[in-house]
Amino acid sequence: MKTLVLIPVLLFAVLFAAGCGSDEEIGIGPVKKVTLGAFDKSLSEKGRTIFDQKCVACHKFDSKLVGPPLKGVTQRRKPEWIMNMILNPEQMTKEDVAAKQLFGQYLTQMTFQNVSEDDARSILEYFRLVDSN
Amino acid sequence: MDKKSIKGLFVLLLTCLVIFAGCGKSKNKGPLVESDAPSKVYVEPGKYDEFYAFVSGGFSGQLAVYGLPSGRLLRVVPVFSQNPENGWGYTEETKPMLNTSYGFVPWDDSHHSELSMKDGVPDGRWLFINGNNTPRIARVNLSTFRTEEIIEIPNSAGNHSSPFVTPGTEYVVAGTRFSIPVENRDVPIESYKENFKGTLSFLKVNPSSGEMDIAFQLITPGFDYDLSHAGKGPSDGWFFFSCYNSEQSYSLLEVNASQKDKDFILAVNWKKIEELVAKGVGKEMAASYVHNVYDDKKHSGTSETRKSVKVLYPNDVEGALYYMPCPKSPHGADVDPTGEFIVGGGKLATVIPVFSFSKMTKAINEKKFDGDVEGIPVLKYEEVLAGEVQQPGLGPLHTEFDDKGYAYTSMFVSSEIVKWKVDTREVVDRLPVYYSVGHLLIPGGDSKKPWGKYLVSMNKITKDRFLPTGPELSQSSQLIDISGDKMKLLLDFPTVGEPHYAQAIPADLISKNSLKIFKIEENAHPYGIKSEKDARVERKGNEVHVYMSAIRSHLTPDNIEGVKVGDDVYFHMTNLEQDWDIPHGFTIMGNQNSELLVMPGETCTIKWTPKAPGIYPYYCTDFCSALHQEMQGYMRVSDKNSSVQIKFNSNQGK
Repeated sequence: MKTLVLIPVLLFAVLFAAGCGSDEEIGIGPVKKVTLGAFDKSLSEKGRTIFDQKCVACHKFDSKLVGPPLKGVTQRRKPEWIMNMILNPEQMTKEDVAAKQLFGQYLTQMTFQNVSEDDARSILEYFRLVDSN
Repeated sequence: MDKKSIKGLFVLLLTCLVIFAGCGKSKNKGPLVESDAPSKVYVEPGKYDEFYAFVSGGFSGQLAVYGLPSGRLLRVVPVFSQNPENGWGYTEETKPMLNTSYGFVPWDDSHHSELSMKDGVPDGRWLFINGNNTPRIARVNLSTFRTEEIIEIPNSAGNHSSPFVTPGTEYVVAGTRFSIPVENRDVPIESYKENFKGTLSFLKVNPSSGEMDIAFQLITPGFDYDLSHAGKGPSDGWFFFSCYNSEQSYSLLEVNASQKDKDFILAVNWKKIEELVAKGVGKEMAASYVHNVYDDKKHSGTSETRKSVKVLYPNDVEGALYYMPCPKSPHGADVDPTGEFIVGGGKLATVIPVFSFSKMTKAINEKKFDGDVEGIPVLKYEEVLAGEVQQPGLGPLHTEFDDKGYAYTSMFVSSEIVKWKVDTREVVDRLPVYYSVGHLLIPGGDSKKPWGKYLVSMNKITKDRFLPTGPELSQSSQLIDISGDKMKLLLDFPTVGEPHYAQAIPADLISKNSLKIFKIEENAHPYGIKSEKDARVERKGNEVHVYMSAIRSHLTPDNIEGVKVGDDVYFHMTNLEQDWDIPHGFTIMGNQNSELLVMPGETCTIKWTPKAPGIYPYYCTDFCSALHQEMQGYMRVSDKNSSVQIKFNSNQGK
């Protein structure tokens, strides 16, 4: 029940934020604020395992595959945007300006791979590791 | 004539027609559909139906799922027959599910679908369905809509009075229609009376897994056991089996098995027998039958042969079996929601007999017997009868119930549904159906709490109801509104195979539990892979195992070399998607087998044996994405003596 009530509230909040144009860079999805602390090696290891299982079929770091190359993504996008793209790809490619552009370029719908918010956070940590090398 | 006057004339003509039709209207002529019928069956695009209807596929061997009231076909669940559309019975994982003591059997005749129950009401967990020809019961998981268990019934033939359940799904039953020798052996057919027996099997259902196990078989006189239903409420603990051919004839049954005015309904006190079995009554008999189980973590079925079954004869269970005489060649044996009344549908009877459970127990206590059959007491008809429905129509077959005290009986010969009041046996309404109705359903109509809004009449003859399609026509079902005093025809819709019994249940009892994906993390298939990085090809002697992954929009590996003529190639395809409704398919040129259709997170295997050297393209058969047409690969097949080594890759030569 709680979630049912939450959805319109969240939607409204998203619309409101989008309308203001202030928070576009965080994308659309459940992640509103990520505070990046010091690099967490074990978290990045967990992220690598999930990435190798659920993401490698479509993403490489250095070259494009089905989806865009991911090297440097942590410099190009805000951490919230990256996590929302992982967690909410269908809405992102329909409504987020940057994601829509990428969809137009790659023409394959990125798929939700049944990952939790914690999983997405660990994938983000793995991207931080890749981008630090 | 100008446009206006043409219009005027048209209106006038129409009015005349309506008046004329009104004059000619006789009481029982149809099909007059009420003007509000369209709105009652119209389900807006994108909106859901109110009920799921699970309709047996008859000679298709499968189970069809429809939405009510729209009559839209939602899904065909393969059960007893191979289904090349998704590989059921063709893949290495599902072939064991169709194994029997006779070997692999690709087809059966599925007759009656029965939902699992809790406290006498359908609970939406499982659906049981019988295989009539090679006696089996299957259990379908209603979260995956897949057949996850099939058990064979030994000492049985024509598994017809099956698979009805007790109110708490403690047992599911299987009664034999064609009596045969127990144990089956080579005897003269004319030794029927001496050697042929009817068995009634009670299968215990595991309350958490749903798995079935034959608890005991009753060996009873060699009649044809036709249909059955469990008692409920006051009659909980009893089961009622209709039987015909009490003449015990074995040739030209249409004449010779219709000699007597009455046959029987056999009342079985299963609770009493359960107690006796617990005390060690009964003996183990050698038998050979299979039990097949599908594991949705391993995505694989296994088949195991069982070697014995517990049997009991009437003299082992004294006081637990009674025959109630029933006119004439009874078909349905249906118990009303209160559990007090048992309705027999006598195909050749001119009345519908309604038995009273309380009178039956009284007659048993007072020993109001009319002799016995092979040690089973026959109760006196008048002593167990609540009353008869007089002049109900011709050929009463099956009865379902609503929640207002009414019964609805299908009349095969006079092609109508007859509504009557259970406690007074008075006919209150009748509606013609098109044509020759067999079974009928009301959601929860054999349970303690029917949802008495709709009735579906499943008709055997279609004739002129739909656009002609040559000599072979789909069967016709008709949806009828039973919410008011008068039954109202709402809709015709065609069905798959030949429906026999069917059941319906409010949609939310099923939809909330429906699985969307198989979690890739939980994939325990021995040839499954959890990452594209694990995709590979391995040779083991003349077996080649391809560990393949599929995700939009590529198969990995997509170039394979080193396969030789005569190799047995096993394509184990894992769908790495984790999103709802994104299956991938697989096939390869010249494949003498079905395709694969693999759900997200699942692994399926197809075997292929190349016969000639060459290049063999393979591809995804399910249009999955904008680049679906690019989802392809090549396999190189070399001569038997070639020295080409196994080599595989993807993303090469770009």
